[in-house]
Amino acid sequence: MADILHLDHVTKTFRGGVVAVDDISLNIREGEFLTMLGPSGCGKTTTLRMIGGFEYPDSGSILLDGKDVTDAPPYQRPVNMMFQDFALFPHMTVAANIAFGLKIAGMPRAETESRVKEMLDMIELPQMGDRLPNQLSNGQRQRVALARALVRHPRILLLDEPMSALDAKLKEAMQVELRHIHDRIGITFIMVTHDQTESMIMSDRIIVMNRGRIEQVGSPTDLYDRPATAYVADFLGTSNMVPVTVTRTGDQVVAKAGEASFRIARHDGAIADGAAMTMFIRPEKIRLAVAGDDGNVFKGQVREVFFSGNAVRIDLDIGAGQVVMVHHQLDTALGDAGLPAAGDTVTCSVKPETISLFDRAQADAIVRGGAAA
Amino acid sequence: MNHARRHKMGFWVLFSAPMLWWVTVLLVPYLIMLSISFYSRQFPFHVPDFQFGNYAILLQDSQYWTVLLRSVKVSILVSLAAFAMGYPLAYFLAFKVRSERLRLFLYVATIVPLWVSYLLRAYTWKTILGSEGILNSFLMWIGVLDEPSSLFLYNEFAMVVTMAYIFTPFMVMPIYASLEKIPRSLIEASKDLGAGRFSTFLRITLPLTMPGVLAGFTFTFGLSVGDFVSPLLVGGPYSNMISNVIATQFGMAMNWPLGAALGVVMLFIVLGVITASDKLERAGRLNLG
Repeated sequence: MADILHLDHVTKTFRGGVVAVDDISLNIREGEFLTMLGPSGCGKTTTLRMIGGFEYPDSGSILLDGKDVTDAPPYQRPVNMMFQDFALFPHMTVAANIAFGLKIAGMPRAETESRVKEMLDMIELPQMGDRLPNQLSNGQRQRVALARALVRHPRILLLDEPMSALDAKLKEAMQVELRHIHDRIGITFIMVTHDQTESMIMSDRIIVMNRGRIEQVGSPTDLYDRPATAYVADFLGTSNMVPVTVTRTGDQVVAKAGEASFRIARHDGAIADGAAMTMFIRPEKIRLAVAGDDGNVFKGQVREVFFSGNAVRIDLDIGAGQVVMVHHQLDTALGDAGLPAAGDTVTCSVKPETISLFDRAQADAIVRGGAAA
Repeated sequence: MNHARRHKMGFWVLFSAPMLWWVTVLLVPYLIMLSISFYSRQFPFHVPDFQFGNYAILLQDSQYWTVLLRSVKVSILVSLAAFAMGYPLAYFLAFKVRSERLRLFLYVATIVPLWVSYLLRAYTWKTILGSEGILNSFLMWIGVLDEPSSLFLYNEFAMVVTMAYIFTPFMVMPIYASLEKIPRSLIEASKDLGAGRFSTFLRITLPLTMPGVLAGFTFTFGLSVGDFVSPLLVGGPYSNMISNVIATQFGMAMNWPLGAALGVVMLFIVLGVITASDKLERAGRLNLG
């Protein structure tokens, strides 16, 4: 896939010296669904607004289809935005809202009307053209905002926290629908969200941002299974962050926590023997050993069991006060009767390639930051 | 017993004082004015009567028409001038001033003259526009004029300038309020969809501020059409407005019935303007939601 958009060392500082976006470089591929993910204040919205032309970078450049649009106003970019509050014009009907961009472009009336009708059909509101925005539900407003942003066939559609105004149920349905619309029309989507589940469900690629910088770019599975930094590991999903001491003999790296030891398959080779590090394991990658041996076998004493219907969370004490969370999906293999109880000692296993090691100081800073927030 | 009765009692305790006030100082005077307008004139005063002679005089005698039309014309000019000055000012305040403090300061600076006596503010224009005034001195100093011009003072122009100055805050306030309510994302969405600054203003900003504009026009028109002071101070002998004529009828001319009839006509003009603006606003609000 060819690149459609290129950000080259883009930096934006706001009045008062707050660096919102700090030297970001990025290639966006034609037709992909890309999500910028991060907590509020990480610079994702500012980056989106610079792509749309609502903010201008202090330095660096933005190339769209190879053309420099760094300082072009929004009305001179083939890019459209779906706003967080939808920003429908309250004094115009649904049809007039959708037709707005076409009218400005001077499209003949007949063609405008057929394009508007096409859009109303796409968003499944064919009868709503004469309504005013305040006569619509939130979900309907969102659809109209989507239609209005797509009617001009932009090169890129920008979506600023598109689901934030919807309730949980509608949110899930719209996530799927938006993804379907993307796949059908083939326009490049760039979305901003702080919801990690949403980003994983919808995107081809995710950019995790933190303090104006990019932490990691990759597919949802890349980021989830192989986080490059402790920050990404902590931000996406739930994780065990266990302080460990590393022993190294040749290429063999083993992490020790409490009385358990774990073979590590993935590491950057620079790990020193005896280093104090932080070990990352997803709770669902740990299996209760009834199901077989995954390479690393360790024992733990059950502290607490939390039942949540289709799954169970078990907190295991692996010695020296270290606790590891295990998520166990409940199926026929382990019914109610087979569940361990507090005080039981159980054997677990985990594959070496699902474990990552991070710098201790970095990981501690993130875990503490998370606790403070 | 009861709840309904106690409820009623409470209502009267709470509202009797304001109702009494409203009846005695507003409703009764209106009724008195209305009834006197049907009285007939009889030397040296007037006698109670019910006849339409006074209104007939207003219809037949063109000098009253002239004054009425002048009042309406001047008020429209004042409203337009106040709009021309007030809208850009309100727009600047709401959209262009980024500092919250500076905005507050400028807003207060705009409306603070309302705390100063109206008479005083009208007088200042006498000193600005007069033959010995600031404007003439300035124009002579820069060499545009050789001798003081008498064109600036004692005419309709002077009245419009003075009233436009005095009533502009009444235009700025409602327009500013409606501008401030516009979500910035609407302006951005318009630009995003290809509209430039001017097109965005015409298609989005202006229509969304129409309620404020209408309120501003209603205020300034209503205040100017009944204005008494500026015709007296800066209008000169040939710029009488309807209030001045009414005052003359009640004073020098001792013709209360005719004055009352004029008052009733003026009341209906203002009521008409308010009703029209209310209707327009309602139609707009239906759109805005």
